[in-house]
Amino acid sequence: MNGAHDMGGMHGFGPVEPEPNEPVFHGEWEKRAFALTLAMGMPGGWNIDMSRFARENRPPGDYLSMTYYQIWLAGLIDLMKERGLVSDDEIAAGHSLRPAKPVKRVLSPADVAQTLHRGGPTARETNSKAAFAAGDKVRAKVINPLTHTRLPRYVRGRVGVIESVRGCHVFPDSNSQGLGEDPRWLYTVKFDGRELWGADTDPTLSVSIDAWEPYLVRA
Amino acid sequence: MNGAADMGGMHGFGPVEPEPNEPVFHADWEKKAFALNIAIGCAGIWNLDAFRFERESISPPEYLNRSYYGLWVVTLERMMLKYGVATPEEIAAGRPLAPPKKTPRPVTADQVATMIRHGSPYDRPAPSPALFKVGDRVRTKNNHPTTHTRLPRYARGRVGEVVRIVGCHVFPDSHSQNIGEDPHWLYTVRFDGRELWGEDADPSVRVAIEAWEPYLEPL
Amino acid sequence: MTHDHHDDHHHSHHDHGSDLTEMQLRTRALETILLEKGYIDPAALDELVDIYEKKIGPRNGAQVVAKAWVDPKFRKLLFEDGTAAIGSLGFGGRSGNHLVALENTPTVHNMVVCTLCSCYPWAVLGLPPLWYKSAPYRARTVADPRGVLRDFGVELPKDTEIQVWDSTAELRYLVVPMRPAGTEGWSEEKLAELVTRDSMIGTGLPKQPKDLQ
Repeated sequence: MNGAHDMGGMHGFGPVEPEPNEPVFHGEWEKRAFALTLAMGMPGGWNIDMSRFARENRPPGDYLSMTYYQIWLAGLIDLMKERGLVSDDEIAAGHSLRPAKPVKRVLSPADVAQTLHRGGPTARETNSKAAFAAGDKVRAKVINPLTHTRLPRYVRGRVGVIESVRGCHVFPDSNSQGLGEDPRWLYTVKFDGRELWGADTDPTLSVSIDAWEPYLVRA
Repeated sequence: MNGAADMGGMHGFGPVEPEPNEPVFHADWEKKAFALNIAIGCAGIWNLDAFRFERESISPPEYLNRSYYGLWVVTLERMMLKYGVATPEEIAAGRPLAPPKKTPRPVTADQVATMIRHGSPYDRPAPSPALFKVGDRVRTKNNHPTTHTRLPRYARGRVGEVVRIVGCHVFPDSHSQNIGEDPHWLYTVRFDGRELWGEDADPSVRVAIEAWEPYLEPL
Repeated sequence: MTHDHHDDHHHSHHDHGSDLTEMQLRTRALETILLEKGYIDPAALDELVDIYEKKIGPRNGAQVVAKAWVDPKFRKLLFEDGTAAIGSLGFGGRSGNHLVALENTPTVHNMVVCTLCSCYPWAVLGLPPLWYKSAPYRARTVADPRGVLRDFGVELPKDTEIQVWDSTAELRYLVVPMRPAGTEGWSEEKLAELVTRDSMIGTGLPKQPKDLQ
């Protein structure tokens, strides 16, 4: 979706302001928001692409006014509500008001280290052949889906070069909608800065993105 | 600039909600905000394009969370500061702390109707013949200036057809930067919806914009 | 998100102990400064509000459309030179120096938007409604005009071409809707009653004769 999260190339946000000696979390609630989100992945049963879509799928004015972990919490709440794990009245009350819906598994303290260690690999075996090879010229398609996509607006319609073939990976556009993993070939595509931002752009700039095969056509 | 103002094609804002029997203004302060801006705009301190540039320069989160006339008020404040009409101390105090540098000549009530009736025509004598004619296919440039431009992001790098030669008009990209009116030929350029939004787009939709000659290149 | 159009969410630093909102206070401060410095004449402010609240509004545009429905010569001029034709009725000037009339036909439906801000033909329609200036309208009309029409309860045949005009310059557009059937012999004044504001922006259709009963 063309939401507020897709902000590559936007102006007006001001300078980047690094914080000296920045702590990992900026408040106790951030720790809880972070841990809750990770811990609920197992009982909730959603995948990473669904949780990304849940975060970006909110009114742009809200998105841009929220802090990072506020957006995480809002995404978590939406995911849980969609699955009937919690409801608005419970969130308002700050308590459980009815028996829990049964779930497959709850993350136990003993599982944590192993779960993190395993991570979430997205590479998949395939019998298909990659359509493109390193050095090929490709054009990113002009697409504007209302659903989740990983092709940012600023590269759509632009021509780049395949830098490397990364293997076959879970396709977020499908996976985020519960349509299965639908693995596709993934490429790193390099764009000249002038192709993205115009002839006046710093000629030393290039930008590479990771793009799944359905995003690309041969140029 | 690629600010929050340039929102054509964004998702997530929800439905359009018409208000039945909507009044012209929703509060007295809106009337003041409107009239103040029009009156001071006619005082010749700044031009309308410079005002528009300042308004879109408001940071995206603030821009998206202000009401329409709220943006006018914030912009007026910023313009008064930028053009030396008031100091930050005066804005904070809500009253002047020193007399103006030059004696202003305000628009008077009896001039208002004539001023509105006259408006401000933007057409100017043409310094050279128009480069394009009706029916020509053109591509919009893919430029991303950090200053004011009237070429929306969704229409950059796209192929369209000239459907009208409007005339030679003040060029907002220059005018907004106070480097003169710099008139250029202005065209109405029409795009197929699929060219703008991708092959899945509704084939019955076409979108036209006004584009100055410097935005366009021949095909 | 709550869309509070009447005031802004941001809290003012100077509103302690006062019922005045942030925007009331900030507007009042600007007015006081500009007034006391002599940049504005308060009577001119009242006159500006009065004109746009009471004198210039969609009834102007409705007159233009009604005349185009009955007067073929005017109609021809209107689509050739909107500024001249509309000027002949006494309308023009601010946000109306360069007017273009758009003809709706059985096969083409026109819609007007300003994605970058709020450009609108003040001279014939007055000041724009909130929805026209809102993010949903500005964001969606260029990409999903049929979806926007549905928000207004308007459904057009699938094969009708939707032509969207994004007002990126000082041209201002007025949609001329199709004359409703069953209005043969009606006077311009009576026809003008059928012409709604939304039908001249392209988000609505004119009223039907039965709607006037």
